Amino acid sequence: MLSVSAITTARKTRSQARRRVIALLLVLLAAGFALTLMLGQSFTPPGTVFRVLTGEDIPGASFTIGRLRLPRAVLAVLAGASFGMGGVAFQTMLRNPLASPDIIGISSGASAAAVFAIVVLGLNGPVVSIFAVIAGLGVALLIYALSWRNGVAGARLILVGIGVSAMLNSFVAYVLSGASAWNLQEAMRWLTGSVNGAQPAQSVPVLAALILFGGVLFSRARDLEALRLGDDTAAALGTPVARTRITIVIAAVGLIAVATAVAGPIAFVAFLSGPIAARIIRNNGSLLLPAALVGALLVLLGDYAGQFLLPRRYPVGIVTGALGAPFLITLIVRANRAGGTP
Amino acid sequence: MPPMTARSLSALRRARVIERSNRVRLLALIAVLAGVAVISALSVAIGTREVGLSDILAAFAGRIENTDQAAVAARLPRTVLGLLAGAALGLAGAVMQGVTRNPLADPGILGVNMGASLAVVIGVAWFGIATAQAYIWTAILGAGVAAVFVYAIGSMGRGGATPLKLALAGAASSVAFAALVIAIVLPRNDIAGGIRLWQIGGIGGATFARTVEVVPVLIAGFVLCLLSARRLNALALGDDLAAGLGESVAFARAFAALGAVLLCGATTAICGPIGFLGLVVPHLCRLLVGVDHRWLLPFSALTGAGLLLGADVIGRIIARPAELDVGIVTAFVGAPFFIWVLRHQRVREL
Amino acid sequence: MTRHILNASRISAGYGDTVILDGLDLDLLPGRITVIVGANACGKSTLLRVMSRLLKPRAGQVLLDGTSIHRIPSRRLAQVLGLLPQSPIAPEGITVADLVSRGRYPHQGLLSRWSARDDEAVAAALEVTHTFDLADRPVDELSGGQRQRVWIAMALAQETGLLLLDEPTTFLDINHQIEVLDLLTDLNRTRGTTIMMVLHDLNLAARYADHLVAMAGGRIHAAGPPEAILTEANIRAVFGLESRVITDPTSGRPIMLPIGRHRMI
Repeated sequence: MLSVSAITTARKTRSQARRRVIALLLVLLAAGFALTLMLGQSFTPPGTVFRVLTGEDIPGASFTIGRLRLPRAVLAVLAGASFGMGGVAFQTMLRNPLASPDIIGISSGASAAAVFAIVVLGLNGPVVSIFAVIAGLGVALLIYALSWRNGVAGARLILVGIGVSAMLNSFVAYVLSGASAWNLQEAMRWLTGSVNGAQPAQSVPVLAALILFGGVLFSRARDLEALRLGDDTAAALGTPVARTRITIVIAAVGLIAVATAVAGPIAFVAFLSGPIAARIIRNNGSLLLPAALVGALLVLLGDYAGQFLLPRRYPVGIVTGALGAPFLITLIVRANRAGGTP
Repeated sequence: MPPMTARSLSALRRARVIERSNRVRLLALIAVLAGVAVISALSVAIGTREVGLSDILAAFAGRIENTDQAAVAARLPRTVLGLLAGAALGLAGAVMQGVTRNPLADPGILGVNMGASLAVVIGVAWFGIATAQAYIWTAILGAGVAAVFVYAIGSMGRGGATPLKLALAGAASSVAFAALVIAIVLPRNDIAGGIRLWQIGGIGGATFARTVEVVPVLIAGFVLCLLSARRLNALALGDDLAAGLGESVAFARAFAALGAVLLCGATTAICGPIGFLGLVVPHLCRLLVGVDHRWLLPFSALTGAGLLLGADVIGRIIARPAELDVGIVTAFVGAPFFIWVLRHQRVREL
Repeated sequence: MTRHILNASRISAGYGDTVILDGLDLDLLPGRITVIVGANACGKSTLLRVMSRLLKPRAGQVLLDGTSIHRIPSRRLAQVLGLLPQSPIAPEGITVADLVSRGRYPHQGLLSRWSARDDEAVAAALEVTHTFDLADRPVDELSGGQRQRVWIAMALAQETGLLLLDEPTTFLDINHQIEVLDLLTDLNRTRGTTIMMVLHDLNLAARYADHLVAMAGGRIHAAGPPEAILTEANIRAVFGLESRVITDPTSGRPIMLPIGRHRMI
């Protein structure tokens, strides 16, 4: 039948387009990663970088790359991917780009818990991540409960989230004001996010979370796509809506919180990645992987720009924050102009 | 039209009783004034350092002979600034809620304060403004631009400026402005007050000299706002009905909003952005004196003064030996209130 | 297509503290069109939600071929029981073909790839609903009638023997309402799909129903062939409205003409 072949062709074109975009993103990410290893205060030739990576000990280069550039680039990629994937999971599930964890307070919750654990309880390492995950889940639950009224309306949930976020941010400010010294660099990590001084060990929990929670999200990718059609339609298509929701919230909060516990709530990466990924991949399937790649690119390149391309050194959160702010406003303008609540 | 029945007439009478009687209002006025007086006294007496009554009296008399008396002397301008800023923000909040007919309106939530903050930061970082007057007018400009901007975004599309759209536009703009403030201030050590002041407001470093600079603008703002009371009462009935009552809706809005913008800009110029106070105060005052703006506005100013100063006193005690900026305290108390309003008020469209 | 039997027995359901359905029984006639009518808030949409598993009843059961639908794995159920909710959401920018393809979700496992069988189902659904020419258009650019046909196409791509629809004609112009109802009738005639839908318009309900169910106060007031159900007495009982019922010269089905307080000759 002619019509069937037309459908088949169209579908194949779509999935080819998707594969091409993903491949392109991967190439960009690899190139960016290689460049950040080679370029810094000084240039390291690719050959030397390769030899350091394969374990050779080269005076100078081994330190610069092995101790400074590599851990930093790895953390940037892992944290960016976590934020991107966790963010787009929330945005897709709640069907609203404004419902990203960094706007509705989930990142702030994780950040507040991490600051509390570090400054007040004197903890460090993976325990901090556990604190952050629990707090992130608590905040997600709180926002959900507070905005519940015969179902959760998008706009109300977002406003409740912004309120909760304001409170948590002042809690962070409160804890930091009680800290022995107002150390701006350290403070900024918890207010805006940074990968400064990344240690190799710090990437371990982020990688573990990415494998575990990212895997869970991927296994739910199809149900997440179905949720975009509305809860009722998703149920009609055989998605167990309530169970999917809970699974996605836990996995996405896990991703966001663990990354936040290490790198701080890097501003707007969770919010930006999904819409950017949607722009480039169009409606060709799940946004989880593309958004993770976009997030990784954003943090990697943002951090590089903050270190070397701008007149002063900025933590990556400043760069992504300055990038995200106008986009946030554009999004609201666009949503309002299209009519209805965004 | 059917004739008015005896039942509907009595319902009307009952409704009128809900309007606060003047006696209740007078009692409320005395209570609020007493409250403000007590809080002012506490504000002078309480701080990170504990001082005796004799030192307080000495400092009031202008004698500064020991550190205790010096501490008290430093608390006097702070108290005055707290009262002024609180009155300004409380009144501005009440006016904004009236102008937009939006129970969620607040200079902080609608992004006006953060807009003022961003303008000052841009002015200092890129245009080298330095004098107090330049700060004030830059902040007012920023507040005005932010107010117009948020209102324009919020009223785009179907249904005009519904409470929800306006609040969402404001809150999101505020988040965006705050991110830009951090981006501009962080690498600059030369911006007075730094991140702390321009991100979260406070009245810690107040001096009489700086406070005096802002007083004329505040007075102008107070006058404009208080003169709008009657117009806001008409606006409360809806634009169409207000126009039907002979009010020029656009002029009434602009007049009142200008007053609010002057108050927010001037306050933010010296205190930094302080949020949520303008949200809480009018709601409390409506419980006390009802919805008539001729009573609501002055009460909001008074209550705002008391609450801001009270929040500042709490901030001095709670984090000893450090101090908590008043903007942190108001956010901590105000944000839950914001959520409560979201849940319980009959916000259209929710 | 195998005929499945869906029936509700002793259903009680509601939201929060309010009870909407109270001990209700309903058997869908296999291979027939059942239409539910009733005043606002009589529980007709709630009944549809219960029958389609969206709402879990407080008491009683909905049985599919004798098994409670809440015991059937959701994906298996979705292969048999399709549903078109009242306000489905089309993601921004999604194309018609893509949206219709999503009807194939329940037929695909976690790892199984898209098959030729899926393409056939999508193509057939597009053709039956006359939306093939729209396949590459974004759904948000379509007219209300076109969009509703696309949603029905998605439900058809699901290839279920049972299809439940909640007011599929609301917000449509009268010509599009007829178009949608004709389409559903075609489907019932050619594929033997069992259809249950809620309709607002009594005359359209009587015209298209094989089995008409009139609800009032959370119970079934009367059920049967339209000629027996759309009567002046039943309309008075269900809507509290005086009316005259005459026979439609075209379809031979009853039509209802309301009587108000004015404009009488």
